[in-house]
Amino acid sequence: MKALCWEGVNKLSVEEVPDPVLRNDQDVIVRLVAGTTCGSDLHLIGGYIPFMRSGDVIGHEFLGEVVETGAAVRRHKVGDRVVVSSFVGCGRCWYCAHDLWSLCDNTNTNPGIGQALFGADTGGIFGYSHAMGGLRGSHAEYVRVPFADYGAFPVPEGVDDTSALFVSDSVPTGWMGADLAGVRPGDVVAVWGCGAVGQMAARAAILLGAERVISIDRIPERLEMTERHIGSEVIDYTATDVGAELRERTGGRGPDVCIEAVGMEAHSDSPVHVYDQVKQQLRLQTDRPTAVRQAIHACRKGGTVFVLGVFAGAVDKFPLGAVINKGLTVKGAQQHGQRYIPMLLDRLAAGELSTSHLATHTVPLDEAPRAYGMFKDKKDGCVRAVIRPGG
Amino acid sequence: MAHGKSLWATAAVLAAGAAVVARRVKARPADPATGDRWLTVTINLGPEEIRPGELPSPLREYGDRIETRIRPAPGDRGTELAVRPRGAVPDSAHSVRARLSGDDPRQDLRRALREAKALLEAGEVLRPDAPPTTHDTPGGKLVGLLGRRAGGEGVL
Repeated sequence: MKALCWEGVNKLSVEEVPDPVLRNDQDVIVRLVAGTTCGSDLHLIGGYIPFMRSGDVIGHEFLGEVVETGAAVRRHKVGDRVVVSSFVGCGRCWYCAHDLWSLCDNTNTNPGIGQALFGADTGGIFGYSHAMGGLRGSHAEYVRVPFADYGAFPVPEGVDDTSALFVSDSVPTGWMGADLAGVRPGDVVAVWGCGAVGQMAARAAILLGAERVISIDRIPERLEMTERHIGSEVIDYTATDVGAELRERTGGRGPDVCIEAVGMEAHSDSPVHVYDQVKQQLRLQTDRPTAVRQAIHACRKGGTVFVLGVFAGAVDKFPLGAVINKGLTVKGAQQHGQRYIPMLLDRLAAGELSTSHLATHTVPLDEAPRAYGMFKDKKDGCVRAVIRPGG
Repeated sequence: MAHGKSLWATAAVLAAGAAVVARRVKARPADPATGDRWLTVTINLGPEEIRPGELPSPLREYGDRIETRIRPAPGDRGTELAVRPRGAVPDSAHSVRARLSGDDPRQDLRRALREAKALLEAGEVLRPDAPPTTHDTPGGKLVGLLGRRAGGEGVL
């Protein structure tokens, strides 16, 4: 079959690879209907996530049709249209049982790498390096889905493929940020980043009762999209002082909850950005935490900062003094998709959530490398490119 | 630039490899006379559901060569299952060379313990996709080696 493979830093190509096979009794094989580019893919494409091997199939946000089921699969049958959580959970370890699915004890096929990097293994994720499970990614004609009874969800009739696709990863990630940050009615919430995850975090904050939601970015099309489709206020950080703007819009207090949805390759127009770029390129720090720093500084005293963006390792100039002296709560997580996906599909079916506007471009699998280039450079208003292996 | 990044990525992997060695050296037991330290996992089952004589095959195959200890974990966290080789194990068995070559007996025992946990909790040990890649590079082979070692002994 054809698949999109990582061939080295900033090198992608569509290759012939062996078809996936059932390797465990709880697996299913899914024929891909649609997958999408994700900002976190850019980190591994760019060489910021170690433990990639040339030939690795990437992609982790997808929807498809079940074509084969393992002997122990109970909840799926051939022909089911399913959306699949990007993180794989066994469903029965302590973490899965406590709805912390991305921390699953039993789905990383390379346990030990995470121990060295983070002090503990994470759960496995499709197509996201050998440190994060080593599972083959989804930008292919077929993908093997382990523990499918727990991670694959039937899509309700009436919900179209493109809308449901984003419930695989970006919608639950955004929702989780607002939920675990403890957004409550009356809160003012600021969200850094107007990509798909940031938009969904903003929408979740609104649906959870936030009084005001303010989203921050620099790309005009994304700011306009967030204002129009999400209902959030926006700030163009290239046109104003974000800290001052947030302070004045919140009566001098600062936002109650700050959600960072940018990640390790943050941009900024300040001199600090050059400093961070140099240190990252020299690998003296693995990540550029510009938005995290800004969120910590902007947050009101006693507020909460939630880090949704993907980070790989160590950062410099982390404002620990602000965390301590302002009494902040700082949280972060990779997405616990299984916890939210059924509820999110219901909300999509009920019209409370809209995601189809995120799909600004659609391409066949053969054009996936070009789509990633466009997505990386944010050309042509690209927010997400949907990749359809079937054309 | 891409080539430079590739070198840095390889360097990062090598640094991780160095961390492997350093951690493993530090991981030696302080007092060989007391035998190897216990290797432990926490299983999300009640103590009554884990019987020493009925452990899954990866551990059962060790038979009398290991000691087993089972006790409730604090709070609602399940049950701690601990194992260690019975009797003294020579220091050389845990040498850096033995660890890098995958010959340290702790590595296989840790792997068996992890697999027992997966079998008890999830009913199966998740197998990686195969083949791991269709073509390989030196950096990829190194990642593959680290991956093969990763299941042993709990930390790289």
